[in-house]
Amino acid sequence: MSEVILTDKKTPARKTTLGSKPRKRKRMTGDRWLALAFIAPSIILIAIFVYGFIGWTGYVSLSNWNSFLPDFSFAGFDNFLYIFKDFRFQADIRNTIFFTLFFIIAVVVLGMFLAIFIDQRLKGEAIFRNIFLFPMALSFVVTGVVWRWVLNPSSGVNLLLEHFGIHFKWYTSTAVYPSLHIGAIDFGIPAAVIALVIAATWQQTGFSLAMFLAGLRGIPEELKEAARIDGASEWQIFWRVILPQLKPIMFSVIIIMAHISLKIFDLIYTMTGPGANFVTDMPGVNMFETTFKSNFYAQGAAIAIVMLVLVAIFIVPYLIRSRKGDA
Amino acid sequence: MKKGLSLLLGSIVILALILTGCGNSDSKSSSGSSSSNNGKLEIFSWWTAGGEADGLKALNSAFNKKYPNIGVKNEAVAGGAGSNAKAVLATRMQGNNPPSTFQVHGGAELMAYVDAGKMQPLNDLYKKNGWDGKFPKDLMDLVSKDGKIYGIPVDVHRGNVLWYNKKIFDDNNLQPPKTFDDFFKVADKLKAKGITPLAMGDKEPLGATTIFEDVLLGVLGPDKYKQLWTGDLSFDDPGVKKSAEIFKKMLGYINDDHSSLAWQDADELVANGKAAMNIMGDWAKGYFTSKNMTYGKDFGAVNTPNTDGSFMIVTDTFGKPKGVKNSKQVDKYLTELGSVEGQDAFNPKKGSIPARTDADASKYDEYSKNAMNDFKDNALVPSLENGSAAPQGFLTKVDTAVNVFVTQKNVGNFINSLKQASSSLK
Repeated sequence: MSEVILTDKKTPARKTTLGSKPRKRKRMTGDRWLALAFIAPSIILIAIFVYGFIGWTGYVSLSNWNSFLPDFSFAGFDNFLYIFKDFRFQADIRNTIFFTLFFIIAVVVLGMFLAIFIDQRLKGEAIFRNIFLFPMALSFVVTGVVWRWVLNPSSGVNLLLEHFGIHFKWYTSTAVYPSLHIGAIDFGIPAAVIALVIAATWQQTGFSLAMFLAGLRGIPEELKEAARIDGASEWQIFWRVILPQLKPIMFSVIIIMAHISLKIFDLIYTMTGPGANFVTDMPGVNMFETTFKSNFYAQGAAIAIVMLVLVAIFIVPYLIRSRKGDA
Repeated sequence: MKKGLSLLLGSIVILALILTGCGNSDSKSSSGSSSSNNGKLEIFSWWTAGGEADGLKALNSAFNKKYPNIGVKNEAVAGGAGSNAKAVLATRMQGNNPPSTFQVHGGAELMAYVDAGKMQPLNDLYKKNGWDGKFPKDLMDLVSKDGKIYGIPVDVHRGNVLWYNKKIFDDNNLQPPKTFDDFFKVADKLKAKGITPLAMGDKEPLGATTIFEDVLLGVLGPDKYKQLWTGDLSFDDPGVKKSAEIFKKMLGYINDDHSSLAWQDADELVANGKAAMNIMGDWAKGYFTSKNMTYGKDFGAVNTPNTDGSFMIVTDTFGKPKGVKNSKQVDKYLTELGSVEGQDAFNPKKGSIPARTDADASKYDEYSKNAMNDFKDNALVPSLENGSAAPQGFLTKVDTAVNVFVTQKNVGNFINSLKQASSSLK
């Protein structure tokens, strides 16, 4: 019992140790000056190369620079209006929504399942852990090329399936379920996006596995024991004891996966490309092709700003929350 | 205090490391630029593999023998049809850091740089080398503006070629189609036999848009086809609608997995007998020969339906950007590119034909000899898909419209999208 109480106090205890350090530092004035000197270069670089360029992108997105010749005359929100009316961009938004949704669900569920599996302290745990973690070491480019070969209708797994009389067409399918006509596009789940979800999940599950495993190992055995003494079933222990403890981890995994998914480019570019009828196009691919292939710089910048806003919707609450946690 | 001292020491060490790091990269970049000032030419292209890379190497080594003192740096950027290279080049040109000379498709693609005031006229070089009249006039029009010449055409490919598997055609007693009616008759017979009549690979837009522009040329004929890109012929023209209908009908004869294939994969289907025909520029010849197939025996080539007498040109040209420091050396390289020897060193390896009409035909294979004859007396028309006919921005919009059309097959929507896009042409 006493140890349970101790773990309950774990978080406040950490806070006091965190809080005590700055107090020590404050006494040494030279240290504070030094700390500032250390941070200054990165602050300056980030100010220029991150925030400065974000500002520049915003400026370009409001200009008329839609040819090779720079033209910074003010266009208002014309570029944004254009892209939102554009068939391709509307398709991008649809694809991003469903890709992000399925990708996050798959990564969280699979990662947690595998973490629980490994946490059973079975023989060869290290081997399993490494096998599951391995895809994370690859870049999305490699993943994209490999999965293209595996899923392509004229190669890989489909040749095998064809021998059994099964014809998989979803990789090149242009079908959208249910196909509701909204704006210029048919809204629904594009079948071809599933292939991308599989590839992306394969690569990123290792990461969520590692996160969840660390989380599981952090849950003290005593909590589960106490629940057992109170007569809880294993299922109840999972739902009532383990899962609530994993909440912060799950939150982090979702945030990290969401920003990967919203910005995804390399996997799409190497695996399917924009796809027939743009069923596998994503804002990142669209932005690259609009800006650098067609020289519509202002429209490309507008797409980039929309992507930034989308990511911010996920990230900003996370930052606010973690700031509150530190204070 | 002790801790503070060690921290201070540590920070000084780190700062020193950072500074030396900066110093290193500085000295590296400055030595890099100074060496290019000292006469090393940066030759920019997307010829990184196969016959193209071999051709460029042959050209560069011929140049090296003539001018051993001028260093040549091959700055090729990999990526299909130059998609990545074009992005890199645009960035370098925007930033006023141009390569010594660069590969660019003649026509609109080159003119984008000319209009931006980034290119130098080459009339003096043409005069000095006596090149007037050595290149066909239609070709010179693609690299000239207001009487000034801005590029040297190095190679020519043909865009309106229908490739077919000779064995399939012989086995089924079929003749390669000359007209659209022929095409659909042949396609129906092949379909009945269970052979995919037309292989298409439109993972990149090239595969589908090439077919569409060839159909446009077949329906409209060379003169009206050209007017389409200058804005003199509206996309409302019944010919355009007819072309869209024919294109739509052709799409009924293609392979299921077209959207996951590149153009090479489509030719692979023809090579291994899974499909009978493919419409692609004549760089596809290199693909077939690399599969140990012989022209005239294993695979054949005819002009796409209704385009006899027209030659859809895809030409790579090299220009001279403003602000290059080693101007005289660049001129020497460009002279080599425009010379008969230079063109005959490069083109047989790449599988293209020379842009000059006075080259040595004996150095080329049978297909190229035929193409060289056609090149001399056919009507030359620019290819849209390969950047010659219209600006890149317009082409992207056409590519988007074609991509959507291949799936939706809605002629009305397609014509509307084309019309909207064409407002940028005038």
